[in-house]
Amino acid sequence: MTQSPSRTLSGPGLYRRMAGASILAQLRYPGTFVIQAIGNFVTTLLSFFGIWSLFHRFGSIAGWDIGTVAVLYGLVNVAFAVAETLGRGFEVFGGEYVRTGSFDRLLLRPRSTLLLLLGHELRLRPIGRFLQGLFVLAAGLWLAPHVQWSAVLVLPWAIAGGAAMFLGVLIGQAALCFITVEGLEVVNVLTYGGVEAGQYPLTMFGRWLRRFITFVLPLAAVCYYPTLFSLAHPDPLGMPTWIGALSPVAGFAFLGVMILAWNRAVAGYVSSGS
Amino acid sequence: MQTPPSPPDAITVSNLRKTYRIREGGSWRGKTRDIVALDGISFSVPKGQIAGFIGPNGAGKSTAIKILSGILRPTSGEVQVNGLVPWTNRIAHVARIGVVFGQRTQLWWDLSVAEGLALLRDIYGVEPERFARNRARLADALDLGGIMDQSVRQLSLGQRMRAEIAASLIHDPDILILDEPTIGLDAPSKLAVRAFVHELCRDRGTTVLLTTHDMHDIEALAERVIVIGHGRILADSPFEDLRTTTLSERILELDFHDTPPELTLPAGASETAREPRSLTITFDPRQIPAPALVAHVGHLPGLDDLRISRPSIDEIITRFYADHAA
Repeated sequence: MTQSPSRTLSGPGLYRRMAGASILAQLRYPGTFVIQAIGNFVTTLLSFFGIWSLFHRFGSIAGWDIGTVAVLYGLVNVAFAVAETLGRGFEVFGGEYVRTGSFDRLLLRPRSTLLLLLGHELRLRPIGRFLQGLFVLAAGLWLAPHVQWSAVLVLPWAIAGGAAMFLGVLIGQAALCFITVEGLEVVNVLTYGGVEAGQYPLTMFGRWLRRFITFVLPLAAVCYYPTLFSLAHPDPLGMPTWIGALSPVAGFAFLGVMILAWNRAVAGYVSSGS
Repeated sequence: MQTPPSPPDAITVSNLRKTYRIREGGSWRGKTRDIVALDGISFSVPKGQIAGFIGPNGAGKSTAIKILSGILRPTSGEVQVNGLVPWTNRIAHVARIGVVFGQRTQLWWDLSVAEGLALLRDIYGVEPERFARNRARLADALDLGGIMDQSVRQLSLGQRMRAEIAASLIHDPDILILDEPTIGLDAPSKLAVRAFVHELCRDRGTTVLLTTHDMHDIEALAERVIVIGHGRILADSPFEDLRTTTLSERILELDFHDTPPELTLPAGASETAREPRSLTITFDPRQIPAPALVAHVGHLPGLDDLRISRPSIDEIITRFYADHAA
Protein backbone atom coordinates (compact mmCIF):
# COMPACT_ATOMS: atom_id res chain seq x y z
CA MET A 1 0.00 0.00 0.00
CA THR A 2 1.35 3.39 -0.90
CA GLN A 3 1.12 6.11 1.71
CA SER A 4 2.03 8.99 -0.56
CA PRO A 5 3.13 12.13 1.28
CA SER A 6 0.86 14.36 -0.78
CA ARG A 7 -1.32 17.02 0.79
CA THR A 8 -4.78 17.60 -0.59
CA LEU A 9 -5.22 14.67 -2.91
CA SER A 10 -6.69 15.30 -6.33
CA GLY A 11 -9.92 13.53 -7.22
CA PRO A 12 -8.17 10.63 -8.98
CA GLY A 13 -5.63 10.38 -6.14
CA LEU A 14 -8.35 10.13 -3.55
CA TYR A 15 -10.24 7.67 -5.71
CA ARG A 16 -7.18 5.41 -5.84
CA ARG A 17 -6.90 5.57 -2.05
CA MET A 18 -10.54 4.71 -1.49
CA ALA A 19 -10.48 1.98 -4.11
CA GLY A 20 -7.37 0.53 -2.50
CA ALA A 21 -9.06 0.49 0.88
CA SER A 22 -12.09 -1.20 -0.64
CA ILE A 23 -9.97 -3.92 -2.25
CA LEU A 24 -8.27 -4.46 1.07
CA ALA A 25 -11.65 -4.91 2.72
CA GLN A 26 -12.84 -7.36 0.03
CA LEU A 27 -9.70 -9.43 0.27
CA ARG A 28 -10.23 -9.87 4.01
CA TYR A 29 -12.34 -12.85 2.98
CA PRO A 30 -10.45 -14.13 -0.11
CA GLY A 31 -12.37 -17.43 -0.25
CA THR A 32 -15.69 -15.63 -0.67
CA PHE A 33 -14.22 -13.46 -3.39
CA VAL A 34 -12.79 -16.36 -5.39
CA ILE A 35 -16.03 -18.35 -5.21
CA GLN A 36 -18.11 -15.33 -6.25
CA ALA A 37 -15.81 -14.48 -9.15
CA ILE A 38 -15.87 -18.07 -10.43
CA GLY A 39 -19.66 -18.17 -10.04
CA ASN A 40 -19.88 -14.92 -11.98
CA PHE A 41 -17.69 -16.35 -14.74
CA VAL A 42 -19.65 -19.59 -15.06
CA THR A 43 -23.17 -18.10 -14.99
CA THR A 44 -22.33 -15.51 -17.64
CA LEU A 45 -20.57 -18.10 -19.80
CA LEU A 46 -23.65 -20.31 -19.66
CA SER A 47 -25.71 -17.56 -21.24
CA PHE A 48 -23.28 -17.43 -24.16
CA PHE A 49 -23.48 -21.19 -24.49
CA GLY A 50 -27.20 -20.75 -25.30
CA ILE A 51 -26.38 -18.40 -28.16
CA TRP A 52 -23.58 -20.62 -29.40
CA SER A 53 -25.76 -23.71 -29.58
CA LEU A 54 -28.29 -21.76 -31.63
CA PHE A 55 -25.69 -20.81 -34.21
CA HIS A 56 -24.12 -24.23 -34.11
CA ARG A 57 -27.44 -25.65 -35.24
CA PHE A 58 -28.43 -23.06 -37.85
CA GLY A 59 -25.02 -21.80 -39.06
CA SER A 60 -26.03 -18.18 -39.41
CA ILE A 61 -29.23 -16.41 -38.49
CA ALA A 62 -30.74 -13.65 -40.60
CA GLY A 63 -27.38 -12.88 -42.14
CA TRP A 64 -25.47 -12.78 -38.84
CA ASP A 65 -22.61 -15.19 -38.25
CA ILE A 66 -21.47 -16.51 -34.91
CA GLY A 67 -18.26 -14.42 -35.00
CA THR A 68 -20.12 -11.11 -35.21
CA VAL A 69 -22.58 -12.08 -32.52
CA ALA A 70 -19.70 -13.19 -30.27
CA VAL A 71 -18.02 -9.80 -30.68
CA LEU A 72 -21.27 -8.02 -29.76
CA TYR A 73 -21.74 -10.30 -26.80
CA GLY A 74 -18.19 -9.83 -25.58
CA LEU A 75 -18.32 -6.09 -25.99
CA VAL A 76 -21.48 -5.52 -23.99
CA ASN A 77 -20.44 -7.89 -21.21
CA VAL A 78 -16.98 -6.38 -20.79
CA ALA A 79 -18.47 -2.87 -20.77
CA PHE A 80 -21.09 -3.84 -18.21
CA ALA A 81 -18.50 -5.59 -16.02
CA VAL A 82 -16.43 -2.38 -15.93
CA ALA A 83 -19.49 -0.33 -14.94
CA GLU A 84 -20.44 -2.86 -12.26
CA THR A 85 -16.90 -2.70 -10.88
CA LEU A 86 -16.90 1.10 -10.69
CA GLY A 87 -20.53 1.86 -9.92
CA ARG A 88 -21.26 -0.36 -6.95
CA GLY A 89 -21.84 2.65 -4.68
CA PHE A 90 -24.64 3.83 -6.97
CA GLU A 91 -26.10 0.35 -7.28
CA VAL A 92 -26.53 0.03 -3.50
CA PHE A 93 -27.27 3.71 -2.92
CA GLY A 94 -30.95 3.31 -2.05
CA GLY A 95 -30.44 0.55 0.48
CA GLU A 96 -27.17 1.61 2.03
CA TYR A 97 -27.34 5.39 1.93
CA VAL A 98 -30.89 6.69 1.52
CA ARG A 99 -32.76 4.17 3.65
CA THR A 100 -30.22 4.33 6.48
CA GLY A 101 -29.75 8.09 6.33
CA SER A 102 -26.01 7.74 5.87
CA PHE A 103 -26.15 9.94 2.80
CA ASP A 104 -26.07 12.80 5.33
CA ARG A 105 -22.70 11.47 6.49
CA LEU A 106 -21.46 11.61 2.91
CA LEU A 107 -22.55 15.22 2.59
CA LEU A 108 -20.42 16.05 5.62
CA ARG A 109 -17.26 15.19 3.73
CA PRO A 110 -15.60 17.97 1.79
CA ARG A 111 -15.64 16.13 -1.52
CA SER A 112 -18.02 15.64 -4.41
CA THR A 113 -20.72 13.08 -3.70
CA LEU A 114 -20.01 11.41 -7.05
CA LEU A 115 -16.39 10.86 -6.14
CA LEU A 116 -17.28 9.54 -2.68
CA LEU A 117 -19.81 7.11 -4.12
CA LEU A 118 -17.41 5.92 -6.80
CA GLY A 119 -15.00 5.29 -3.94
CA HIS A 120 -17.63 3.33 -2.01
CA GLU A 121 -16.34 0.11 -3.52
CA LEU A 122 -14.16 -0.99 -6.38
CA ARG A 123 -15.93 -4.25 -6.82
CA LEU A 124 -13.77 -7.23 -7.69
CA ARG A 125 -16.49 -9.76 -8.27
CA PRO A 126 -17.46 -8.70 -11.84
CA ILE A 127 -13.99 -9.82 -12.93
CA GLY A 128 -15.71 -13.12 -13.75
CA ARG A 129 -18.01 -11.45 -16.27
CA PHE A 130 -15.13 -9.31 -17.53
CA LEU A 131 -12.80 -12.23 -18.31
CA GLN A 132 -15.57 -14.27 -19.81
CA GLY A 133 -16.63 -11.37 -22.05
CA LEU A 134 -13.06 -10.79 -23.11
CA PHE A 135 -12.69 -14.49 -23.91
CA VAL A 136 -15.84 -14.52 -26.07
CA LEU A 137 -14.78 -11.26 -27.74
CA ALA A 138 -11.42 -12.76 -28.69
CA ALA A 139 -13.11 -15.91 -29.99
CA GLY A 140 -15.48 -13.76 -32.06
CA LEU A 141 -12.60 -11.85 -33.64
CA TRP A 142 -10.99 -15.15 -34.52
CA LEU A 143 -14.19 -16.49 -36.10
CA ALA A 144 -15.45 -13.34 -37.85
CA PRO A 145 -14.65 -13.10 -41.55
CA HIS A 146 -13.53 -9.50 -42.19
CA VAL A 147 -11.86 -8.16 -39.06
CA GLN A 148 -10.41 -4.67 -39.67
CA TRP A 149 -7.07 -3.63 -38.17
CA SER A 150 -8.83 -0.54 -36.77
CA ALA A 151 -10.79 -2.85 -34.46
CA VAL A 152 -7.79 -2.64 -32.16
CA LEU A 153 -8.66 1.03 -31.59
CA VAL A 154 -12.42 1.01 -31.98
CA LEU A 155 -13.25 -1.89 -29.67
CA PRO A 156 -11.53 -0.43 -26.55
CA TRP A 157 -13.19 2.90 -27.36
CA ALA A 158 -16.55 1.11 -27.62
CA ILE A 159 -15.93 -0.66 -24.31
CA ALA A 160 -15.20 2.69 -22.69
CA GLY A 161 -18.36 4.20 -24.16
CA GLY A 162 -20.39 1.21 -23.06
CA ALA A 163 -18.97 1.30 -19.54
CA ALA A 164 -19.79 5.03 -19.39
CA MET A 165 -23.34 4.34 -20.51
CA PHE A 166 -23.95 1.58 -17.95
CA LEU A 167 -22.35 3.71 -15.24
CA GLY A 168 -24.78 6.44 -16.30
CA VAL A 169 -27.68 4.01 -15.80
CA LEU A 170 -26.45 3.20 -12.29
CA ILE A 171 -26.07 6.91 -11.45
CA GLY A 172 -29.56 7.59 -12.81
CA GLN A 173 -30.90 4.75 -10.70
CA ALA A 174 -29.26 6.25 -7.61
CA ALA A 175 -30.75 9.67 -8.42
CA LEU A 176 -34.20 8.08 -8.56
CA CYS A 177 -33.67 6.80 -5.01
CA PHE A 178 -34.27 10.33 -3.73
CA ILE A 179 -37.84 10.02 -4.97
CA THR A 180 -38.47 6.42 -4.02
CA VAL A 181 -36.43 3.46 -2.92
CA GLU A 182 -39.31 1.11 -3.64
CA GLY A 183 -39.59 -0.79 -6.90
CA LEU A 184 -36.32 0.38 -8.40
CA GLU A 185 -35.73 -3.15 -9.68
CA VAL A 186 -37.46 -1.67 -12.73
CA VAL A 187 -34.12 -0.08 -13.59
CA ASN A 188 -32.67 -3.58 -13.99
CA VAL A 189 -34.49 -3.54 -17.33
CA LEU A 190 -31.82 -1.07 -18.42
CA THR A 191 -28.82 -2.77 -16.81
CA TYR A 192 -29.31 -6.52 -17.09
CA GLY A 193 -31.90 -6.03 -19.82
CA GLY A 194 -29.45 -3.79 -21.67
CA VAL A 195 -26.78 -6.46 -21.47
CA GLU A 196 -29.21 -9.03 -22.85
CA ALA A 197 -30.39 -6.75 -25.65
CA GLY A 198 -26.86 -5.64 -26.51
CA GLN A 199 -25.87 -9.22 -27.23
CA TYR A 200 -28.05 -9.35 -30.31
CA PRO A 201 -27.84 -7.41 -33.58
CA LEU A 202 -30.16 -4.43 -33.76
CA THR A 203 -32.14 -5.92 -36.64
CA MET A 204 -33.52 -8.60 -34.33
CA PHE A 205 -35.72 -6.08 -32.52
CA GLY A 206 -38.95 -4.38 -33.40
CA ARG A 207 -39.02 -0.74 -34.42
CA TRP A 208 -39.85 0.89 -31.06
CA LEU A 209 -37.26 -1.14 -29.18
CA ARG A 210 -34.67 -0.30 -31.84
CA ARG A 211 -35.43 3.37 -31.37
CA PHE A 212 -35.26 3.04 -27.61
CA ILE A 213 -31.82 1.41 -27.61
CA THR A 214 -30.55 3.91 -30.17
CA PHE A 215 -31.91 7.25 -29.01
CA VAL A 216 -32.81 6.86 -25.31
CA LEU A 217 -30.31 4.35 -24.02
CA PRO A 218 -27.49 4.54 -26.62
CA LEU A 219 -26.84 0.82 -26.52
CA ALA A 220 -26.60 0.48 -30.31
CA ALA A 221 -24.10 3.33 -30.41
CA VAL A 222 -21.70 1.62 -28.00
CA CYS A 223 -22.10 -2.01 -29.21
CA TYR A 224 -23.83 -2.56 -32.50
CA TYR A 225 -22.28 0.13 -34.70
CA PRO A 226 -18.69 -0.26 -33.42
CA THR A 227 -19.00 -4.00 -34.05
CA LEU A 228 -20.18 -3.42 -37.63
CA PHE A 229 -17.30 -1.02 -38.17
CA SER A 230 -14.68 -3.38 -36.74
CA LEU A 231 -15.90 -6.28 -38.82
CA ALA A 232 -16.68 -4.28 -41.99
CA HIS A 233 -20.21 -5.61 -41.83
CA PRO A 234 -22.70 -3.43 -43.71
CA ASP A 235 -25.69 -2.26 -41.69
CA PRO A 236 -28.87 -3.93 -42.93
CA LEU A 237 -30.73 -0.87 -41.64
CA GLY A 238 -28.74 1.38 -43.96
CA MET A 239 -26.54 3.42 -41.67
CA PRO A 240 -23.01 4.08 -43.02
CA THR A 241 -20.44 1.82 -41.40
CA TRP A 242 -18.07 4.63 -40.37
CA ILE A 243 -20.65 5.81 -37.85
CA GLY A 244 -19.42 3.01 -35.58
CA ALA A 245 -16.05 4.71 -35.13
CA LEU A 246 -17.71 7.80 -33.65
CA SER A 247 -20.87 6.51 -32.03
CA PRO A 248 -19.35 5.36 -28.69
CA VAL A 249 -19.20 9.03 -27.72
CA ALA A 250 -22.95 8.72 -27.13
CA GLY A 251 -22.18 6.59 -24.06
CA PHE A 252 -20.23 9.49 -22.54
CA ALA A 253 -22.98 11.94 -23.47
CA PHE A 254 -25.50 9.71 -21.69
CA LEU A 255 -23.22 9.59 -18.63
CA GLY A 256 -22.98 13.39 -18.73
CA VAL A 257 -26.74 13.77 -18.73
CA MET A 258 -27.06 11.35 -15.81
CA ILE A 259 -24.42 13.28 -13.84
CA LEU A 260 -26.43 16.47 -14.36
CA ALA A 261 -29.53 14.63 -13.19
CA TRP A 262 -27.62 13.41 -10.15
CA ASN A 263 -26.46 16.90 -9.22
CA ARG A 264 -30.00 18.20 -9.52
CA ALA A 265 -31.29 15.35 -7.38
CA VAL A 266 -28.72 16.08 -4.66
CA ALA A 267 -29.57 19.79 -4.73
CA GLY A 268 -33.22 18.84 -4.39
CA TYR A 269 -32.43 16.61 -1.43
CA VAL A 270 -30.50 19.37 0.30
CA SER A 271 -33.38 21.80 -0.08
CA SER A 272 -36.20 19.43 0.84
CA GLY A 273 -34.50 17.31 3.47
CA SER A 274 -36.16 14.15 2.26
CA MET B 1 -19.77 35.01 32.96
CA GLN B 2 -17.82 37.89 31.45
CA THR B 3 -15.08 37.09 28.96
CA PRO B 4 -13.22 40.31 28.11
CA PRO B 5 -12.60 41.24 25.27
CA SER B 6 -15.58 39.43 23.82
CA PRO B 7 -14.43 37.01 21.07
CA PRO B 8 -16.22 36.93 17.72
CA ASP B 9 -19.05 34.48 17.35
CA ALA B 10 -18.37 31.08 15.84
CA ILE B 11 -22.02 30.49 15.02
CA THR B 12 -24.71 33.06 14.38
CA VAL B 13 -28.25 32.14 13.50
CA SER B 14 -30.93 34.68 12.85
CA ASN B 15 -34.59 34.19 12.19
CA LEU B 16 -34.09 30.70 10.82
CA ARG B 17 -37.17 29.04 9.40
CA LYS B 18 -37.65 25.64 7.84
CA THR B 19 -40.89 24.16 6.61
CA TYR B 20 -41.16 20.68 5.20
CA ARG B 21 -43.70 19.85 2.57
CA ILE B 22 -45.12 16.42 3.17
CA ARG B 23 -47.44 14.39 1.06
CA GLU B 24 -50.49 13.02 2.76
CA GLY B 25 -51.47 9.42 2.24
CA GLY B 26 -48.10 8.66 0.74
CA SER B 27 -49.33 8.58 -2.85
CA TRP B 28 -47.57 10.64 -5.49
CA ARG B 29 -50.67 12.61 -6.24
CA GLY B 30 -51.80 13.13 -2.64
CA LYS B 31 -52.37 16.55 -1.17
CA THR B 32 -49.36 18.26 0.34
CA ARG B 33 -49.17 19.94 3.70
CA ASP B 34 -46.48 22.18 5.17
CA ILE B 35 -44.98 21.35 8.52
CA VAL B 36 -43.08 24.05 10.35
CA ALA B 37 -39.93 22.53 11.85
CA LEU B 38 -38.18 25.79 12.73
CA ASP B 39 -40.27 28.87 13.30
CA GLY B 40 -37.75 31.68 13.29
CA ILE B 41 -34.95 30.87 15.73
CA SER B 42 -32.02 33.15 16.53
CA PHE B 43 -28.96 32.59 18.67
CA SER B 44 -25.22 32.89 18.53
CA VAL B 45 -22.39 30.90 20.05
CA PRO B 46 -19.10 32.66 20.81
CA LYS B 47 -15.82 30.99 19.96
CA GLY B 48 -14.72 28.41 22.48
CA GLN B 49 -18.06 27.94 24.17
CA ILE B 50 -19.83 24.65 24.80
CA ALA B 51 -23.48 25.26 24.15
CA GLY B 52 -26.11 22.64 24.93
CA PHE B 53 -28.88 22.44 22.40
CA ILE B 54 -31.81 20.55 23.85
CA GLY B 55 -35.48 19.96 23.38
CA PRO B 56 -37.99 17.12 23.28
CA ASN B 57 -38.23 14.84 20.24
CA GLY B 58 -39.67 16.62 17.25
CA ALA B 59 -38.77 20.07 18.58
CA GLY B 60 -36.65 20.93 15.55
CA LYS B 61 -33.19 20.11 16.92
CA SER B 62 -32.12 17.77 14.15
CA THR B 63 -33.38 20.19 11.52
CA ALA B 64 -31.27 22.96 13.03
CA ILE B 65 -28.23 20.68 13.30
CA LYS B 66 -28.61 19.64 9.66
CA ILE B 67 -28.79 23.26 8.53
CA LEU B 68 -25.74 24.20 10.59
CA SER B 69 -23.89 21.20 9.13
CA GLY B 70 -24.61 22.35 5.59
CA ILE B 71 -26.65 19.32 4.57
CA LEU B 72 -30.02 21.07 4.58
CA ARG B 73 -31.08 24.38 3.10
CA PRO B 74 -33.48 26.44 5.24
CA THR B 75 -36.66 28.03 3.96
CA SER B 76 -35.48 31.45 5.12
CA GLY B 77 -33.18 33.11 7.62
CA GLU B 78 -29.47 33.66 7.96
CA VAL B 79 -26.71 31.45 9.31
CA GLN B 80 -22.99 31.97 9.51
CA VAL B 81 -20.65 29.32 10.78
CA ASN B 82 -16.99 30.33 10.82
CA GLY B 83 -18.04 33.25 8.64
CA LEU B 84 -19.46 30.94 5.97
CA VAL B 85 -23.03 30.28 4.96
CA PRO B 86 -23.22 26.50 5.33
CA TRP B 87 -25.49 25.63 2.43
CA THR B 88 -24.01 27.92 -0.22
CA ASN B 89 -20.61 26.27 -0.19
CA ARG B 90 -20.99 22.86 1.34
CA ILE B 91 -17.47 21.65 0.60
CA ALA B 92 -15.64 24.67 2.07
CA HIS B 93 -17.97 24.63 5.06
CA VAL B 94 -17.79 20.96 5.99
CA ALA B 95 -14.01 20.99 5.71
CA ARG B 96 -13.95 23.22 8.79
CA ILE B 97 -16.43 21.50 11.06
CA GLY B 98 -16.49 18.14 12.79
CA VAL B 99 -19.73 16.27 13.31
CA VAL B 100 -20.44 13.22 15.44
CA PHE B 101 -23.81 11.55 15.02
CA GLY B 102 -24.10 9.15 17.94
CA GLN B 103 -26.16 6.70 15.98
CA ARG B 104 -24.29 6.72 12.67
CA THR B 105 -20.73 5.80 12.00
CA GLN B 106 -18.41 7.85 9.85
CA LEU B 107 -15.71 5.20 9.85
CA TRP B 108 -15.64 2.19 7.56
CA TRP B 109 -17.00 -1.02 9.06
CA ASP B 110 -14.55 -3.25 7.22
CA LEU B 111 -11.45 -1.16 7.83
CA SER B 112 -9.40 -0.77 10.97
CA VAL B 113 -9.55 2.47 12.94
CA ALA B 114 -6.05 3.36 11.70
CA GLU B 115 -6.97 2.74 8.06
CA GLY B 116 -10.16 4.76 8.46
CA LEU B 117 -8.28 7.70 9.95
CA ALA B 118 -5.73 7.56 7.13
CA LEU B 119 -8.55 7.64 4.58
CA LEU B 120 -10.07 10.65 6.34
CA ARG B 121 -6.67 12.32 6.22
CA ASP B 122 -6.81 12.07 2.44
CA ILE B 123 -10.45 13.08 2.19
CA TYR B 124 -9.81 16.21 4.25
CA GLY B 125 -6.35 16.79 2.81
CA VAL B 126 -4.58 16.92 6.18
CA GLU B 127 -0.81 17.37 5.83
CA PRO B 128 1.14 14.26 6.94
CA GLU B 129 2.95 15.96 9.86
CA ARG B 130 -0.23 17.53 11.17
CA PHE B 131 -2.03 14.22 10.74
CA ALA B 132 0.64 12.34 12.67
CA ARG B 133 0.51 14.93 15.45
CA ASN B 134 -3.29 14.92 15.66
CA ARG B 135 -3.48 11.17 15.48
CA ALA B 136 -1.02 10.76 18.33
CA ARG B 137 -2.76 13.39 20.46
CA LEU B 138 -6.23 11.93 19.87
CA ALA B 139 -5.06 8.35 20.38
CA ASP B 140 -3.61 9.39 23.70
CA ALA B 141 -6.53 11.51 24.89
CA LEU B 142 -9.19 9.03 23.80
CA ASP B 143 -7.21 5.93 24.72
CA LEU B 144 -7.26 4.44 21.24
CA GLY B 145 -3.88 2.68 21.43
CA GLY B 146 -5.32 -0.79 21.86
CA ILE B 147 -7.97 -0.54 19.16
CA MET B 148 -6.13 1.20 16.30
CA ASP B 149 -5.66 -2.03 14.39
CA GLN B 150 -9.06 -3.52 15.06
CA SER B 151 -11.73 -3.29 12.42
CA VAL B 152 -14.55 -0.95 13.35
CA ARG B 153 -17.03 -3.82 13.13
CA GLN B 154 -15.37 -5.47 16.11
CA LEU B 155 -15.41 -2.47 18.44
CA SER B 156 -17.72 -2.11 21.42
CA LEU B 157 -20.06 0.86 21.35
CA GLY B 158 -17.88 2.80 23.80
CA GLN B 159 -14.72 2.08 21.82
CA ARG B 160 -16.46 3.01 18.61
CA MET B 161 -17.67 6.32 19.98
CA ARG B 162 -14.14 7.22 21.05
CA ALA B 163 -12.93 6.36 17.55
CA GLU B 164 -15.77 8.41 16.05
CA ILE B 165 -14.78 11.44 18.06
CA ALA B 166 -11.17 11.07 16.94
CA ALA B 167 -12.38 10.75 13.35
CA SER B 168 -14.38 13.96 13.62
CA LEU B 169 -11.35 15.91 14.88
CA ILE B 170 -8.54 14.61 12.68
CA HIS B 171 -8.71 17.78 10.52
CA ASP B 172 -8.66 20.24 13.47
CA PRO B 173 -12.13 21.70 13.00
CA ASP B 174 -12.89 24.96 14.82
CA ILE B 175 -16.41 23.78 15.50
CA LEU B 176 -17.55 20.42 16.72
CA ILE B 177 -21.18 19.40 16.52
CA LEU B 178 -22.04 16.50 18.79
CA ASP B 179 -25.39 14.83 18.26
CA GLU B 180 -26.16 12.37 21.09
CA PRO B 181 -22.49 11.54 21.69
CA THR B 182 -23.14 9.40 24.76
CA ILE B 183 -26.19 7.46 23.61
CA GLY B 184 -25.97 3.82 24.65
CA LEU B 185 -22.61 4.21 26.37
CA ASP B 186 -21.76 2.70 29.75
CA ALA B 187 -20.91 5.00 32.65
CA PRO B 188 -17.09 4.97 32.31
CA SER B 189 -17.32 5.66 28.57
CA LYS B 190 -19.72 8.54 29.16
CA LEU B 191 -17.34 10.07 31.69
CA ALA B 192 -14.40 9.62 29.30
CA VAL B 193 -16.26 11.33 26.46
CA ARG B 194 -17.31 14.23 28.69
CA ALA B 195 -13.83 14.72 30.07
CA PHE B 196 -12.38 14.74 26.58
CA VAL B 197 -14.85 17.31 25.24
CA HIS B 198 -14.19 19.50 28.25
CA GLU B 199 -10.42 19.42 27.64
CA LEU B 200 -10.88 20.02 23.94
CA CYS B 201 -12.75 23.20 24.63
CA ARG B 202 -10.37 24.36 27.35
CA ASP B 203 -7.07 23.53 25.63
CA ARG B 204 -7.87 24.17 22.00
CA GLY B 205 -10.70 26.66 22.14
CA THR B 206 -12.96 24.47 20.02
CA THR B 207 -16.56 25.63 19.89
CA VAL B 208 -18.93 22.80 20.71
CA LEU B 209 -22.62 22.52 19.98
CA LEU B 210 -24.00 19.60 21.95
CA THR B 211 -27.36 17.96 21.34
CA THR B 212 -28.40 15.29 23.77
CA HIS B 213 -31.26 13.81 25.72
CA ASP B 214 -28.87 12.96 28.55
CA MET B 215 -29.17 15.93 30.88
CA HIS B 216 -26.04 14.82 32.70
CA ASP B 217 -24.06 15.61 29.55
CA ILE B 218 -25.51 19.10 29.73
CA GLU B 219 -24.84 19.48 33.44
CA ALA B 220 -21.26 18.28 33.05
CA LEU B 221 -20.36 20.24 29.93
CA ALA B 222 -22.58 23.06 28.85
CA GLU B 223 -21.97 26.58 30.06
CA ARG B 224 -25.24 27.46 28.51
CA VAL B 225 -28.37 25.73 27.29
CA ILE B 226 -30.54 26.63 24.37
CA VAL B 227 -33.91 24.95 24.80
CA ILE B 228 -35.97 24.51 21.68
CA GLY B 229 -39.62 23.44 21.41
CA HIS B 230 -42.17 23.65 18.61
CA GLY B 231 -39.50 25.15 16.41
CA ARG B 232 -38.91 28.11 18.71
CA ILE B 233 -36.33 28.95 21.32
CA LEU B 234 -37.92 28.60 24.74
CA ALA B 235 -34.90 29.48 26.84
CA ASP B 236 -31.30 30.46 26.31
CA SER B 237 -29.38 30.82 29.54
CA PRO B 238 -26.87 29.17 31.86
CA PHE B 239 -28.36 26.00 33.26
CA GLU B 240 -28.45 27.40 36.83
CA ASP B 241 -30.79 30.14 35.66
CA LEU B 242 -33.10 27.55 34.22
CA ARG B 243 -33.10 25.79 37.56
CA THR B 244 -33.92 28.96 39.49
CA THR B 245 -36.72 30.03 37.23
CA THR B 246 -38.21 26.59 36.71
CA LEU B 247 -37.86 24.50 39.80
CA SER B 248 -35.99 26.25 42.56
CA GLU B 249 -37.50 24.14 45.35
CA ARG B 250 -35.44 21.86 47.58
CA ILE B 251 -36.44 18.60 49.16
CA LEU B 252 -35.86 17.66 52.80
CA GLU B 253 -36.20 14.00 53.65
CA LEU B 254 -36.53 12.92 57.28
CA ASP B 255 -36.15 9.33 58.57
CA PHE B 256 -37.62 8.28 61.90
CA HIS B 257 -37.25 5.10 63.90
CA ASP B 258 -40.99 5.15 64.56
CA THR B 259 -44.10 6.74 63.10
CA PRO B 260 -43.27 10.35 62.21
CA PRO B 261 -44.95 12.92 64.46
CA GLU B 262 -47.46 15.51 63.23
CA LEU B 263 -45.68 18.81 62.73
CA THR B 264 -46.40 22.41 61.88
CA LEU B 265 -44.11 23.87 59.20
CA PRO B 266 -43.02 27.47 58.63
CA ALA B 267 -44.27 29.37 55.56
CA GLY B 268 -42.58 28.21 52.32
CA ALA B 269 -42.35 24.58 53.41
CA SER B 270 -44.92 21.83 53.01
CA GLU B 271 -45.20 18.15 53.64
CA THR B 272 -45.32 16.35 50.29
CA ALA B 273 -45.11 12.67 51.28
CA ARG B 274 -45.64 10.62 54.40
CA GLU B 275 -44.44 7.02 54.79
CA PRO B 276 -44.55 4.77 57.86
CA ARG B 277 -40.95 5.71 58.78
CA SER B 278 -40.23 8.86 56.79
CA LEU B 279 -41.44 12.30 55.75
CA THR B 280 -40.70 14.37 52.68
CA ILE B 281 -40.85 18.15 52.94
CA THR B 282 -40.59 20.42 49.93
CA PHE B 283 -39.48 23.98 50.55
CA ASP B 284 -38.56 27.17 48.78
CA PRO B 285 -35.13 28.34 50.02
CA ARG B 286 -36.00 31.95 49.25
CA GLN B 287 -38.81 31.83 51.82
CA ILE B 288 -37.28 29.53 54.37
CA PRO B 289 -33.51 29.00 54.21
CA ALA B 290 -32.35 25.40 54.63
CA PRO B 291 -30.52 25.99 57.96
CA ALA B 292 -33.64 27.53 59.52
CA LEU B 293 -35.80 24.62 58.39
CA VAL B 294 -33.26 22.08 59.65
CA ALA B 295 -33.20 23.89 63.02
CA HIS B 296 -36.99 23.76 63.05
CA VAL B 297 -37.21 20.00 62.57
CA GLY B 298 -33.92 19.00 64.20
CA HIS B 299 -35.38 18.44 67.67
CA LEU B 300 -38.31 16.24 66.55
CA PRO B 301 -38.58 13.09 68.67
CA GLY B 302 -37.40 9.90 66.99
CA LEU B 303 -35.50 11.62 64.15
CA ASP B 304 -32.72 9.37 62.84
CA ASP B 305 -31.40 11.06 59.71
CA LEU B 306 -32.09 13.90 57.30
CA ARG B 307 -31.07 14.73 53.75
CA ILE B 308 -31.51 17.82 51.60
CA SER B 309 -31.54 17.49 47.85
CA ARG B 310 -32.31 19.52 44.79
CA PRO B 311 -34.59 18.27 42.03
CA SER B 312 -32.61 16.34 39.45
CA ILE B 313 -31.77 17.94 36.15
CA ASP B 314 -34.19 15.51 34.50
CA GLU B 315 -37.00 16.69 36.76
CA ILE B 316 -36.19 20.30 36.02
CA ILE B 317 -36.22 19.82 32.29
CA THR B 318 -39.39 17.72 32.43
CA ARG B 319 -41.07 20.51 34.39
CA PHE B 320 -39.72 23.07 31.94
CA TYR B 321 -41.11 21.19 28.94
CA ALA B 322 -44.45 20.78 30.74
CA ASP B 323 -44.61 24.50 31.62
CA HIS B 324 -44.05 25.35 27.97
CA ALA B 325 -46.29 22.58 26.67
CA ALA B 326 -43.28 21.49 24.63
